[in-house]
Formats: sequence, C-alpha cells, structure tokens
Amino acid sequence: MSAHTEATTGPMEYRTQEGRMNILGFWIFLGAEIALFATIFATYAVMIGRTADAPPPQELFSLPITLLMTFLLLTSSFTCGIAINEMRRGSKNGLLLWMGMTLVLGLGFLGLEIYEFEHLVHEGASISSAAYWSAFFTLTGTHGLHVTVGLGWGILLLIQLYQRGITPRTASKFFIFGLYWHFLDVVWIFVYTVVYLLGMVG
Amino acid sequence: MSSHSESRFPIKHLIGYIASIVLTGAAAWIALGTELPMGWIVAGIMALAIIQAGIQLFMFMHITETDSGGIQLGNMIYAFGIAGIIVLGSIWVMSFGYHDHGTDGGGSETEEHGGDH
Repeated sequence: MSAHTEATTGPMEYRTQEGRMNILGFWIFLGAEIALFATIFATYAVMIGRTADAPPPQELFSLPITLLMTFLLLTSSFTCGIAINEMRRGSKNGLLLWMGMTLVLGLGFLGLEIYEFEHLVHEGASISSAAYWSAFFTLTGTHGLHVTVGLGWGILLLIQLYQRGITPRTASKFFIFGLYWHFLDVVWIFVYTVVYLLGMVG
Repeated sequence: MSSHSESRFPIKHLIGYIASIVLTGAAAWIALGTELPMGWIVAGIMALAIIQAGIQLFMFMHITETDSGGIQLGNMIYAFGIAGIIVLGSIWVMSFGYHDHGTDGGGSETEEHGGDH
C-alpha cells in the first residue's frame, strides 16, 4: 500500500506514516476526552439548584468576565488556526508568532479564571460549600487544568520548533497541539452555554 | 518548503471566527435579553453551541482532511452520541420520580407514595 511510503508533497504533518497515524490516534483520544467531559457535565447538570446555604450562581456570575474569557479563548483558537496555516506555508517565524499569541491569549484566559475562582471563594462559593459548587469547580477546574497543560505543552513545542525548524516530525506535533487547543474551545463553548448562560438565567 | 498553496490569510478561518463571535453574542442575548420561556432558551442556546462546535471541527480542525477523515468524523459523531446519552440519561434518571415537575425539589412525599394505593 502506498500509505507506507513517504510523500514528498502535501502538508508536512501528513508526509510520514507515523505523522498520519499520530494525528488519527489523537482524534481517537479526543473522543475519550469528550466522554470524560460528558460525565462531568452530567454530574453538573443533576446538581443544578443544589446550592444549600451557599449563594446561587445568578448572584455571583458576571456576564462581562464570562464574555471576556470566551472572547479570549475563541480568539486564541482562531490564532492557533492561523499558526497552522503559517506552518503549511513553510513560515517558521509565522508559526512562532501566531502560536506565541495563542499561548498569551490562553494565559489571559487562565488568569481571568483564577481571578473568578478567587472572587467566588471570597463570596462563599467554594468547592466544599455545596453540591452545586463542587460540580461547578470540578467542571471548570478540569477544563482549566487542560488549558494549563496546553500552555506547558505549547511552550515546549515552541522551543523544539526554534531548535529544529519545521520538519515532518515537528509539523505533526504542532498539528496535534492545534487539535487539542481547538478542542478546549469546543468544551468551553458548552461550559459558557450550560454553566454560565443558564446559570445566569437561573 | 513553501510548496503548498495556502493563502496568507485563510478566509475560511476568518469566517469561522466572526461566526463564532456572533453566535456567542446571540446566545447571550437569547439567554439574558429576551423573555422567552426557559425551555426555548435552553433549546436555542444549545443549538447555537452545537453550531459553534461544528465550526471548530470543520473550519478550524480540518476534521474531514486526508483519507482518514471519515474515521475521524465517525469517531466524533460517536463520541458526541455518548456524551448526549450520558448527560441526558443522567438528567432523566436523577429527575424521574424526584421532582414535582421541577417546582421546588422538595415535597416529594406525595409523588413517591402516589402509586402505592
């Protein structure tokens, strides 16, 4: 089969068998991630309203902060897409620049999330104050942990890119990182919708 | 190196980005700016969220790219199916027989013993 031979044209990340298989494998991994987040969303959904003596989400969620977090993550997903496009154009500097921007935007998102958590705990809504808030912090915390892991991963990849340039190996790694980063935005869309918007409606 | 014919600024990404921003704003408006019944709000903003997820998958993640595109798409559909069953199933199981149509969560006394006589 021709799949075992190395291609000399087309996007760099698909040129080797290993690169193609790693990308396919990562899609399968994302399927497992969806199942993971589904279980946490399910727990969250059944705990809606169980705030016990803690303040309800309607009193604590802030629309401007939520919109700003969403905007930062959406924009970072967009710049990440541009970064992969730059990679396919063969531009190492373009990839460095746009991926660097992606990570800075991700850091901004994370900073806002930490600020928000701090604010919630200060107002009496911590992970131990009520079933609802336990589920809330587990869900948003798991997503935030994924973003944190993504930031570390992205920084390591940028160092590798700086040292080795765009090769079939680094290209495949960057493409996979891009999939991961876009996926975090997919999860956040549902957090934004189910947790924040419905939480504010009450 | 730059053998591929990718344009400098991919229009598909730009369209996807603008659409995502518009959909995010629209969802906020439906949820907080209208007086629609709760059921309509939930259905409306969930539909917008699913469209946005589709934008990420098709326009940003190139899910149908290469000859394993079909497998990738099938895997995602399967995963979202599992997610739907887990979330909706949990809600259904946990609310069936407990709530008096979600009014206050309490007063389950009559509901639980309703079928006994």
